[in-house]
Formats: sequence, C-alpha cells, structure tokens
Amino acid sequence: MRIALFVTCLADTLFPGVGKATTALLERLGHDVTFPQAQTCCGQMHVNTGYLQQALPLVRRYVEVFEDCEVIVAPSGSCTGSVRHQHAMVARRYGDEALARRAEAVAARTYELSELLTDVLGVEDVGAYYPHRVTYHPTCHSLRLLGVGDRPLRLLRRVAGLDLAVLPDAETCCGFGGTFAVKNPDVSTAMLADKMRSVLATGAEVCTAGDSSCLMHIGGGLSRLRAGPRTVHLAEILGSTRDQP
Amino acid sequence: MSTYLGMPTAPPGVGHLRGTQPFDIAARRALGNSQLRRNLANATSTIRARRAAVVGELPDWEALREAGRAIKAETMAHLDRYLEQLEEQVTARGGTVHWARDAIEANRLVTGLVTDAGAREVVKSKSITTDEIGLNEALAAAGITAHETDLAELIVQLGHDRPSHILVPAIHRNRAEIRDIFLREMPGADPGLTDAPADLTAAARTHLRQRFLAARVGISGANFAVAETGTLGVVESEGNGRMCLTLPETLITVMGIEKVIPRWQDLEVFLQLLPRSSTGERMNPYTTLWTGVTPGDGPQRFHLVLLDNGRTAALADQVGRQALHCIRCSACLNVCPVYERTGGHAYGSVYPGPIGAVLSPQLTGVEENASLPYASSLCGACYQACPVKIDIPSLLVHLRARHVEERRQRRVPSPESVTMAAAAWVMASPGRYAAAQRAGQAGRVLGRDGRIRRLPPPLSAWTSARDAPVPPPETFRDWWRRERGTAQ
Ligand code: SF4
Repeated sequence: MRIALFVTCLADTLFPGVGKATTALLERLGHDVTFPQAQTCCGQMHVNTGYLQQALPLVRRYVEVFEDCEVIVAPSGSCTGSVRHQHAMVARRYGDEALARRAEAVAARTYELSELLTDVLGVEDVGAYYPHRVTYHPTCHSLRLLGVGDRPLRLLRRVAGLDLAVLPDAETCCGFGGTFAVKNPDVSTAMLADKMRSVLATGAEVCTAGDSSCLMHIGGGLSRLRAGPRTVHLAEILGSTRDQP
Repeated sequence: MSTYLGMPTAPPGVGHLRGTQPFDIAARRALGNSQLRRNLANATSTIRARRAAVVGELPDWEALREAGRAIKAETMAHLDRYLEQLEEQVTARGGTVHWARDAIEANRLVTGLVTDAGAREVVKSKSITTDEIGLNEALAAAGITAHETDLAELIVQLGHDRPSHILVPAIHRNRAEIRDIFLREMPGADPGLTDAPADLTAAARTHLRQRFLAARVGISGANFAVAETGTLGVVESEGNGRMCLTLPETLITVMGIEKVIPRWQDLEVFLQLLPRSSTGERMNPYTTLWTGVTPGDGPQRFHLVLLDNGRTAALADQVGRQALHCIRCSACLNVCPVYERTGGHAYGSVYPGPIGAVLSPQLTGVEENASLPYASSLCGACYQACPVKIDIPSLLVHLRARHVEERRQRRVPSPESVTMAAAAWVMASPGRYAAAQRAGQAGRVLGRDGRIRRLPPPLSAWTSARDAPVPPPETFRDWWRRERGTAQ
C-alpha cells in the first residue's frame, strides 16, 4: 500500500527519529512510504489556543497537500484528532463549506499509527524486538478523541523481548495540554508529578506513548529529576528490530 | 461569524461569578495547600469509583445520555415557549411567577417577598443559584438572617468560607476541620464533640431542627421545573431540603431559566442520570416534587423567581448554549485532573471545574473571566463523564476563540497574538517553515548532555520544571531529502 506520512511539525523539528522509525516500520512491512514535502503543521496549537482564524490557512494546506493521497498516517494521536475533529469545524466557522467537505474526506483517510497498523494493515505482530521494561501512557487525545482503545497495547504485547508494565492511573492526563503547559505551568507540573510517580512505580526503564508532545513533557520532567526512566515514542519501539535496534 | 454583543450579562459587583485573581495565579496558591490536595484527592477518587460502578451496571447508559442531551437541546431551541407554559401552569395552581433579569433584580424581589411575609430569618436549601446572585448578602443588608440547611452549605456558612464544589461545597474540608468549625461557631455545641461523621451530623441536626421549626419563609433552588404541569423538583440526600420545602408558610424558589424541562415524562431520564452521575447512587434518598399550592398541606404561598443573569446571552451563542444543558451533577468536576489538584476556589465562581470554566465566562462575558477557558488541558475526561454529553473541550476551544476574536475586534494586541500570527505565517509556507526550523537549530548551543535546562520567556514556564529537548542536527525533512531526494 502507498502510505503518505504526515510526520507532524513537532516530530519533524525536534524528534526526527519518530518519522524515521515510522518510515522504517512501514517499509519493513512491505509498504511504500511517501513524504509530501509541502506539508507543515495541522494547526492544532492555534485552534486549541483560540486562534482559529490563523489555523484556517493551515487546514487548507493540509487538505491540499494530502487530498490526492490514498492513506495518510500520523505518528500522533492529537494531530490525527485535530485533523479529524477540528479541521472541518474551523472551515465552517469561517463560512467555507466546500473546504469543510474536502477536509472531512481527507480526515476519513488519516490514521494514527496504531489505528493504521491494526485496522487498515491488519497486523499486530510487526516483527519488532525491544528488550526493555516498558510502560504505556495512553495520551488523552488518542484515548478519548480517537478512541484507539487497546490497539497500542496489542502491538506492544507482540514485540519480542519487551516486558510490558501496567501504568497505574494510566488514563489520567499527564498535564501537557499544549499551551496549557505554559499558561498554567503550576497545574501542569502538579499533574506531571503524579504521572511521573505512576511511571516510577512500574519500575520501567521506558515510558512510551503515541504522542511526541506528551512524551516531551513527561520526559522533560523525568530528565529534570534525573529520575531514571526515559521516554520513547511507540513508533520507535515498533520500528526496532534485532538488526536495527 | 455572529457576534454576541448587546445581550445583557450578569452585572459586576453582585454575586459570585467572578474571582479576584486569574485562574493561574489562584491555582498556584491552592496547589501549595497540602491538606487541600489530600482532601480533594481522597474525596474525588471515592466519588469517581462510586460513579463508575453504578454507571457501569446500566446497559442503556449511553442511550440515556443521548436522551438527556436531546431533551435539553430541544428545550433550549424553544426555551421561550416552555417558560411561558411553566408560568401559566404554576399560576394556575396557585403559585406566583416573577421574572428577574439579573442578580440585582432577583435579590430585590426576594428581599421584598421575605419582608412582605414579615420574616427576619429564612431557611435555605439546594440553592447554588442564590449563591450565584449573592442573595445572602442582599438579605443581610436588609436585616434578614439566612440559615443554610444543607450540611455542607452549613459548614461553609459557619466557616465564613466559600463553597468549592457544586454538590459537596465543603469538599475542601476534612472531618477534623469541620469539628473545629462546629465547636467555634455553633451556639451550644457539645465541647466533647468528636470528628466521627455520626457525631458531626447529630450536632448539625440539633442545630438545624430549631431553625426549621421556627422558620416562616423557606428559600430553595430547583433541579427541574416541568413546563406541562408546573411542577418543581429538588433531589437531595439529607432530607433537610424537604423540611425547607414543606415546613415554612412561604416558599420562594429561585431558578435559572435553563432548568425547565418540557414534559413530566422527561423526569424519567433525568432522575436516572442525575443521582448516578453526582453521588454515585442508583437513586437519591429524597426527591421532592411540588406543584403550586395545596390547601392545608405545605407552604400556602409559593413564589417562583425565574432568573436570567446572563443565560439569554449564553443562549444566543449557538455553540456556547450547550453549557445551559448542565444538570449540575458535578461528575465533570470529580473526573477533572485540574479540579482535583486546585479545588474549586481557584475558579473564583460558584460554578467551578470544567462546567464552570465554560459557564461562568458566558454569564459574565468572556473578557471578565478570560482565564477560565484556558484552565484545562483539554483531556476530555469531562465530556466522557457528562450525563447530558456536553462537549466541554470543544466549548472551551470555542470560548478561547471568542476571547481572541473579541480582543482582535477591540484591537488589543498581546505578545501571544503576535507569536500566534507569526507562527501561522511561518507554517503556511514550507519554505518559511524550513527556514524557521534551521533558525531553531541555533538552540542547540543551549543544550548540555542532550537537554536544555533553561529557556528564555515565555518558554521559561516550560523549563521551570521540565528539561527541553535539544534540537537535533538534522530535521526529518532534511534527512528525507538527503536520503531520498526531493521526489515524494
Ligand atoms: S457539565 Fe455535565 S458533568 Fe458537569 S455538572 Fe453539568 S451535567 Fe454534570
């Protein structure tokens, strides 16, 4: 299958390993990965901060860039959530019904990574090898906006060598919330403290999730405290093999 | 885009819909209170577990939620009609209906009614709406003493405190604190009072019983008002509400106009949704329903005050009006990770938590409660829990947008609006975007051992508690181009 990668601006700029791992994983499974180079950002940060008008050109860009693609994958629950639940709303708010329709059509073909693997490609065992103790944090947007359910866990359970630890209070928000982390830094940090406590209680070396943004927050806190565990995106775990760890 | 100017909002200077500090500042102080944090974490996790258990046992819970949502949406679409029908029915059954534009008018009305009844004291129950309008203060100014009779409201009143939860207004207090308040403030409290729940309730019972028997006027709120029959309804756990609703000669009910429901049969839906969502009970212990005046039984004079106080302004916003669907169950507070850590006082309004963050700014005008729509990480737990399916995260985003748009109309620039405009300009072009990425890589010089410990404002708010990642030497798109060329 020909799959277009929407790498997301955050992974592109700060976590390129996530994009490389997604590419390697899908190619290993026998698919063609394309990277439309005119892509930039889904506009989620603008929308969630209230700057919907500024997000409008970004919605239009996303639609134009990916309209001709059969299937689109993003290694992010919240960016996929924005494409699926916000793009058409933004277009309608500014009276562009035609764009809203097009946005809905593209959104219907845009998948978060674990959805793509399990629902579209029909695989759970992706042939990965990752010999570490890992705990999984279900990010709010993948959990509640997309409803990915246990798809990421089903994928992780099939990874050779991986020792999966259950995260206590897993479904509680980590406190990232986009600009919330800087507009309400104290509350965000208080939520982070509890999430870190849960991660530490598992004894895992690695905390994984489907969103680089939440991982940047959790990982930034763990790193500041020299707490030990590190954060690794789900794509990087699924992308790892014995030959290419 | 429609604008919402011109609709009267809740007037300033009266009532409790506005805080004195923005949320982030008030929250910082609350977060430093270890006792509060522990009380809240214990209380909310207990209620959460109870709610999850009783909701989980209903196979048709999702259908009930959808029914609740649909009834509310239909009511709001014809609110004018249902309110007039309610007025007709209440009047036909011997009650008197008063319309109050706002807090000032409602307080004047109620104070007048109490004075006319010749009372200097009133008992009150289930009346968060009267707290919204600051009725107790207005009564006090007229020389009338109001006694709160719901246990938690009593604790708040005796503690000279503010409520911090819709359903459990004293959730921020633990047993030991309540005992101290009773000993200090209850005339004739037994000095040997312990902090055992049974002892505390017995003390409150003795204290309240005298007031119930003496009161000539009762003041209440209402959970529902049935338009087709003119019936008012209050659900509660203690029975104090029922005494307040049945013992006095005169009953005055103050109700927000959004509480009307069209049909008697609609109660079937809400009386299932409400107790399970709020206290985690299959059924609440007391449901009191009354229709007008019944000669020889209960209050012989009944006044219904229908309060607007910004609700019509909320109704005028086709997205925002969903906030008026709220049945005040408080499930969204109990599941909210922000509320659980800050408590209710940080929101500065009688309506705290997620629903408060979308309701208070609409009642007062967004600019006057501008920090509240941002008091959420948009995690969506509230939407998932809400028994009438209010999409609170989308409402929060909508109100943020209203705030940004209103500021733009008034041409108030802010560092944020400049940053956002610049970011959108950059992101709208792949060329500018790539250039900005390269500029950002200059940030590599800040890094040590793969992490950045300090960034300049506004990102210093990030590095106050979290390391930031060092930008990699090569972005993904540069890697792609190097490895695979410019073809897709
Ligand atoms: S918004 Fe929904 S969950 Fe929150 S108090 Fe109102 S009805 Fe309950």
